Amino acid sequence: MSARMDDAAEAPDAQRATPSRLARFLGSDLWLSFRRSKLAMGAFAVTLLMFGLAFAAPWISPQNPYDPAQLELLNSNLPPLWNPDGQSPFLLGTDDQGRDVLSAVLYGLRLSLIVGMLGVVVSGFLGIGLGLVAGYFGGALDTLIMRVADVQLTFPAILIALVVDGVAKASFGSALDTNATILLIVVSIGLSFWVQYARTVRSSVMVERGKDYVQAARLIGLSSPVIMVRHVLPNVTGPVFVIATINLALAIITEATLSFLGTGLPETMPSLGTLIRTGNRFLFSGEWWVVAFPGIALAGLVLAINLLGDWLRDALNPKLQ
Amino acid sequence: MLAFLIRRLAQAAVVLAVVGLIAFAMFRFAGDPVNQIVGPDTPVSERAEIRKSLGLDDPVLLQFGRYAGNVLRGDFGISYQFRQPVTALLAERMPATLELAFCATLFALTVGILMGVYCALRRETVLAKLFQAISLVGVSLPTFLIGILLIFLFSVTLGWLPSYGRGDTVRIGGWTTGFLTVSGLKALILPSITLGLFQMTLIMRLVRAEMLEVLRTDYIRFARARGLTTRAIHFGHALKNTLVPVITIAGLQLGSVIAFSIITETVFQWPGMGLLFVQAVQNVDIPIMSAYLLLVAAIFVTINLVVDLLYTVVDPRLRTSVGRTA
Amino acid sequence: MTDPVLSVRDLRVAFETRRGTLTAIDGVSLEIGRGEILGVVGESGAGKSVTGSAVIGLIDPPGRIVGGEIRLGSERIDDLPPEKMRRVRGRRIGMIFQDPLTSLDPLYRVGEQIVETIRTHTDLSARAARARAIDLLTEVGIPAPERRIDGYPHEFSGGMRQRVVIALALAAEPELIIADEPTTALDVSVQAQVITLLKRLCREHGTAVMLVTHDMGVIAEAADRVAVMYSGRIAEIGPVAEVVRAPRHPYARGLMCAIPTLSDTAERLTQIPGAMPRLTAIPPGCAFHPRCPSVFGRCQVERPEPIPVGGARVACHLYDARGEAA
Repeated sequence: MSARMDDAAEAPDAQRATPSRLARFLGSDLWLSFRRSKLAMGAFAVTLLMFGLAFAAPWISPQNPYDPAQLELLNSNLPPLWNPDGQSPFLLGTDDQGRDVLSAVLYGLRLSLIVGMLGVVVSGFLGIGLGLVAGYFGGALDTLIMRVADVQLTFPAILIALVVDGVAKASFGSALDTNATILLIVVSIGLSFWVQYARTVRSSVMVERGKDYVQAARLIGLSSPVIMVRHVLPNVTGPVFVIATINLALAIITEATLSFLGTGLPETMPSLGTLIRTGNRFLFSGEWWVVAFPGIALAGLVLAINLLGDWLRDALNPKLQ
Repeated sequence: MLAFLIRRLAQAAVVLAVVGLIAFAMFRFAGDPVNQIVGPDTPVSERAEIRKSLGLDDPVLLQFGRYAGNVLRGDFGISYQFRQPVTALLAERMPATLELAFCATLFALTVGILMGVYCALRRETVLAKLFQAISLVGVSLPTFLIGILLIFLFSVTLGWLPSYGRGDTVRIGGWTTGFLTVSGLKALILPSITLGLFQMTLIMRLVRAEMLEVLRTDYIRFARARGLTTRAIHFGHALKNTLVPVITIAGLQLGSVIAFSIITETVFQWPGMGLLFVQAVQNVDIPIMSAYLLLVAAIFVTINLVVDLLYTVVDPRLRTSVGRTA
Repeated sequence: MTDPVLSVRDLRVAFETRRGTLTAIDGVSLEIGRGEILGVVGESGAGKSVTGSAVIGLIDPPGRIVGGEIRLGSERIDDLPPEKMRRVRGRRIGMIFQDPLTSLDPLYRVGEQIVETIRTHTDLSARAARARAIDLLTEVGIPAPERRIDGYPHEFSGGMRQRVVIALALAAEPELIIADEPTTALDVSVQAQVITLLKRLCREHGTAVMLVTHDMGVIAEAADRVAVMYSGRIAEIGPVAEVVRAPRHPYARGLMCAIPTLSDTAERLTQIPGAMPRLTAIPPGCAFHPRCPSVFGRCQVERPEPIPVGGARVACHLYDARGEAA
């Protein structure tokens, strides 16, 4: 009953939504708190810049670092441009293969972000789905899911990702192509981070389940998936968004760590972590720029997203206001 | 108290059984163990023979039973890469990891608590704000990046400390220690900081938040009304109450320090269990992977138990509610 | 009254907030003599507790004393440096808080907390201090003090804990005790016992008491004199016999309608319509005038000063000779 009424009430609102929603957002506490926090604005600007650079990488990079034909050994080991030995157009220098560091960083950033976001999407879907199921149906299913979550929480995510990665390689052989490797890493990240979503969604579902409108929706014969998706999910958007933001930073770190440990993306298609792994070898021979710039890009990206996530968590937490 | 202990032990056993099942599944089903033993051109009949001798044709339950029995006797199988018993390989590398984890935890606890207390008591000072900023960076930066940065600063640029390995070690019985030589101690510094930094920032933030909370309580106000010295209030009453919940977290962190040492050991080429594990993942050495997983699970579970018991020792409220009434 | 133990003159306490300065206490004057119990009553937010905190020097920022003076015996104490004020707290002024459940540090035995207080303020040895602690516990009526002294706070009931808190307040034989709602958090059956105890101890030791409460029953039972506070000012102050039995200030009259028994609380003032103004919006003139049944023109513009009427002092224009003339 009330489900129908909700629909009826929402319909006219949705038609004139575009201007009024923006106005509502601009007047909201969230926006106010954002305007007041210089740190949040700075973090947002850096995050936006990183996303922009990553997106535009194929067009703004001086070189395609994945294309061996473009690499000239003559240009190898050049320092950054501001160094007397630097050569145009290699703004941030080159590595031992003559690969432009700036281009490699831009492409690596792109890859790190793609893998990170896909990882967040997978863990989000998995966690929200399992959380909904556990909370809505309860009973043995709930116990099973939450026990698994408990056991998994005792292990650091990186360990789980490594194990998933290792097992997959053992099962499918280590001759995976690049796309399959990316998929594998995304899945291992997804499997490592679903617990927090599941816990949050589950507890929220438990609260909502007892409320009258859900009971009413059940009575008029709406099926469980419809009820869950339409009525329970909107209530958890805030917390899930906060988790997802902080998770994006964690997913990027996890991918970078896997790649650094040599079980992530291959050197032919390097993410920031792979670049740091390869660059690390040159630390002692004086070519610091090969590792420094990917490192700075990774640190900046993760720090900005973390700051944004911290701010968002505080801003959306009614207890702190 | 006894009932509490038994319940805890049962929970621990369940966790270990689940992890054991996963380890067995990896051991048995990830790839064909026979392929790891014989070459690609071994005839089918010989393969079948080996399958049979390894018991791979028996019912799965029987195989699990056998696996569990072996594990309980300390037999984790033979490493594919090294052709040596996994148990011996792990035992050889365990001292390195444990010494590193111990130093990292010591560093994280002392520095983390000191900085946290300072930030809580001198909230408005520049130094406190600097600590806060450091903690934010420490939480955000990937461990391996911190390690590389430290190597660049203290090994490459300044040349003060070694960048890899354990230095000279002394063998005492089955244990190799780096504590007894200068080079061994110097080699410990950078890896310990790298490994402990994340935990340190965590403990610092926790101590700060917890202490600010405690300082607002009635008993602290009452302690002031009793005319106690600031010193007695801050360090006798506030700090003690702060540390009770911190113990739990810090204890549980010790477990993740051991697991996180995978990364630090790789950066510093530290010859411990973590490095062995990473090499196992790279080379699909399943016996080592499953053994390591079980070992870490066992360490986690043990630490959890110890922390629970420690908690009841520290907090008199728990001691009586668990002890005398039960 | 010759030589009062406590004398507060024209005390003003303000809180700095983002919306400006709020005056929580505005010109309060009162005196307490040796062995005398002064009750301070009023609704929540009338400034009773802030007055108590100001006397013992526990007003926390952003609040501070902005005017007037507080004298303990012949010494002025409101402008003492922090370290000197600390030696006054607990030694010369004891304090009892509302909630005995949270006033004691849960991690220390009650004996440790009493000994700590005694040794902070005296030169007694640990052994002598412990003996004195047992005496104190005996005095406040804790059965088997030799055994209970080694108990933790959570092992005591609410009433017993408040007795421990009283023992702590008495530990260094102070001249003045500030009891801030000492019975509010207790069971009704225990309230009377605690009040009787407090009354007896003060008679025996000659200790002056400032008894802050919103419970008129407690006042009627225990106090010698009473001050009625409203919006940070004293409306009427005088002997219990006069102020409680025959109140003069219209606010006090409304307040007293709800007394009768010790068990009854007078929180809700159905007799007076409206509510006490917030600190941000104290009306000009007499703060009570919007709710006053006897309000007249002068009340809205001129703030009434306390004037002697009978044995009491009343801040109301009704009792001003000029007011009556008008």
